[in-house]
Amino acid sequence: MATSDAIIKITSCSKHFGPVRAIDDVSFDIARGEFFSLLGASGCGKTTLLRLLAGFEQPTKGNIFIDGQGMAGVAPNHRPTNMVFQSYAIFPHLDVRRNIGYGLRDAGLSKKELDGKIDQMLELIKLPGFGSRAAHQLSGGQRQRIALARALIKRPKVLLLDEPLGALDKKLREEMQLELRALQRNVGITFVFVTHDQEEALTMSDRIAVISQGKVLQIDTPTSLYESPNCKEVAGFIGTMNFFDGTVKSMEEANAVVDAGPLGDVRTRPFAAKLPASGASITVAIRPEKINLNPSRPSASHNVIEGRMSAAAYLGDRSHYYVAVKGRNAPIAVAAQNVNAARSWLGGQDQPVWLSWREDSVILLDR
Amino acid sequence: MTSPAPIVRQDSRIQRFFLRHEWARGYALLSPTLAVMVLAMCLPVFMLAAHSFWTQNYLTIDETFTLANYEQALGWLWGAEGAKPIYIRLLWKSMQISFGVTVTTLILAYPFAYFLAFKVRRNKNLWIILISVPFLTSYLLRVFTWKIILGFNGVINSGLMSLGIISEPLEFLLYNPTAVLIVLAHAWAAFAILPIYVSLEKIDRSLLEAATDLGDGPFRRFWRITWPLSVPGVIASGLLVFIPTVGDYVTPKLVGGTEGIMIGNIIQSQFGKANNWPLGSALSIVMAIAITIVVLIFLYVMSLGRVRAK
Ligand SMILES: Nc1ncnc2c1ncn2[C@@H]1O[C@H](COP(=O)(O)OP(=O)(O)OP(=O)(O)O)[C@@H](O)[C@H]1O
Ligand SMILES: [Mg+2]
Repeated sequence: MATSDAIIKITSCSKHFGPVRAIDDVSFDIARGEFFSLLGASGCGKTTLLRLLAGFEQPTKGNIFIDGQGMAGVAPNHRPTNMVFQSYAIFPHLDVRRNIGYGLRDAGLSKKELDGKIDQMLELIKLPGFGSRAAHQLSGGQRQRIALARALIKRPKVLLLDEPLGALDKKLREEMQLELRALQRNVGITFVFVTHDQEEALTMSDRIAVISQGKVLQIDTPTSLYESPNCKEVAGFIGTMNFFDGTVKSMEEANAVVDAGPLGDVRTRPFAAKLPASGASITVAIRPEKINLNPSRPSASHNVIEGRMSAAAYLGDRSHYYVAVKGRNAPIAVAAQNVNAARSWLGGQDQPVWLSWREDSVILLDR
Repeated sequence: MTSPAPIVRQDSRIQRFFLRHEWARGYALLSPTLAVMVLAMCLPVFMLAAHSFWTQNYLTIDETFTLANYEQALGWLWGAEGAKPIYIRLLWKSMQISFGVTVTTLILAYPFAYFLAFKVRRNKNLWIILISVPFLTSYLLRVFTWKIILGFNGVINSGLMSLGIISEPLEFLLYNPTAVLIVLAHAWAAFAILPIYVSLEKIDRSLLEAATDLGDGPFRRFWRITWPLSVPGVIASGLLVFIPTVGDYVTPKLVGGTEGIMIGNIIQSQFGKANNWPLGSALSIVMAIAITIVVLIFLYVMSLGRVRAK
């Protein structure tokens, strides 16, 4: 990621609620100006981590530094962070202008300056002329923008967002994703964005931290997370993945050959680092869209297997196929772009097909 | 020619009527309550209104229409002949005492409700039950208890005397408006706690966190968020205390002495010793209207304030 210095440093931080380890010994840095996402299933500790940054929770162990300053014992109202709450938390007794200007009361601004800033914010969130609306006269998307403006007007060093798009419908959500990303680039503020939607995280983030049960599994760019996940859990959480159990058979010119049971021998890309030992138990992972569907046996000598079509789903731009192979219960998922209408040679259920994949599409993971 | 047997059972005419008209169903559902309300509320009020235009002739009542009772009650205002100022003065004093009771009650109830809503995590229901424990004893008994506490030889006086802080019993504790205020405030505090508690409990905690996040300290946050959002509960509590206490007569009779007499005592005596039901009725109605006007003015002023805040 961008080489700039770290604005947030989290050093072996834990947060326990009684016996629950909501955050369990987590350490990482977030760079200045980064769009950083926390991604994970429900209950994995995303909100807790965000609240630790905001100061609503104090870590049980470990430390948090924001812009070089230790945050132990610093109250939320004295931190250089602002938060967009999942419920937006728009003050119901104040109109839009007062909501947006709420945090600037002590900034020593004249009425005119304050009005100017609020107008600027209304412009930024594309709601000019909404200033005098009451909180209950706003739609979900408008509330979300006002919550954003209310936090941004404070010019925080870090903006914390807790699933801010969760309550919006799909179309509006996609629109807001792009808007939010563009806005972040404009204002140049570090965003820490919580989501449980992997697609959303991939679309928006510079880097993503995948969290599971209070632990950080992997922190990487969207591409790296998708293309080279470092464990089964990350591979399964981001996108769809076919997993096969296997044993390393031999190493040939830095390629591994893995006996993957029903798949037969699978050859992988060359390994630069950390060659698995011969005989090691390992998991072979292949993405559905990296598997080719062929009407007859392709000429390649390896990474080929015969199967029977067990189900197909047409999704418009692409199709999903599920191919049963001998000796394996779960069918193999295959995804293909529908570039030319549909595949005309595909008859239907139980038709024999051949699957093939490239060596560099194979990911080896610890079992 | 035989018609085919009906497949669907035909509803009776009454059933069809209720099916078609939602208002009819609503009133049908309400009717038991409505009947009680009409009998127990409207009828007495109607009787009261009727009496207030009649005249007491020793043991019988003369049912010819007259405004004399109202003239007797209010005439002093426009200098009607023979009208005494006592009724107006008493009404005014009752309102003042009630206002004092209301303010005292709210000041006592608000911190308690706040504590209950924000600080008590476990056993909230237990706390609420504890608040209502005093209601298990009778109102009269509670007033008498206060007599024991405040009395000439009461708990406070004997306590202070045995400690040597005072040599003679304090006489200002009982039989004056302050005693009425204390006893009424105690009696109504629990009623005032609940509406305030509900309005505080309803406040979304993320609003408070948002205010803190935007830079407010605890006191600032209270004045900018918690207080304005709990005002409806405070108003409800205030009205709940103010309206019934204006007409209270038990407490002033028992602990008020001559100083602490309220309009309720006069009205009660018209229906009792003085045996002048028509005047008592007129006074009751005057009091009810006066309270209504005060409450309406208060609500109007509050709504103006609310509009300005926006
Ligand atoms: N105040 C608390 N007291 C006790 N346990 C808590 C508290 N807050 C969170 N937890 C627990 O900590 C864990 C992590 O919760 P957290 O709210 O951080 O999850 P999350 O990742 O934000 O989930 P979601 O996507 O559903 O919002 C959960 O098991 C939760 O039950
Ligand atoms: Mg959460």
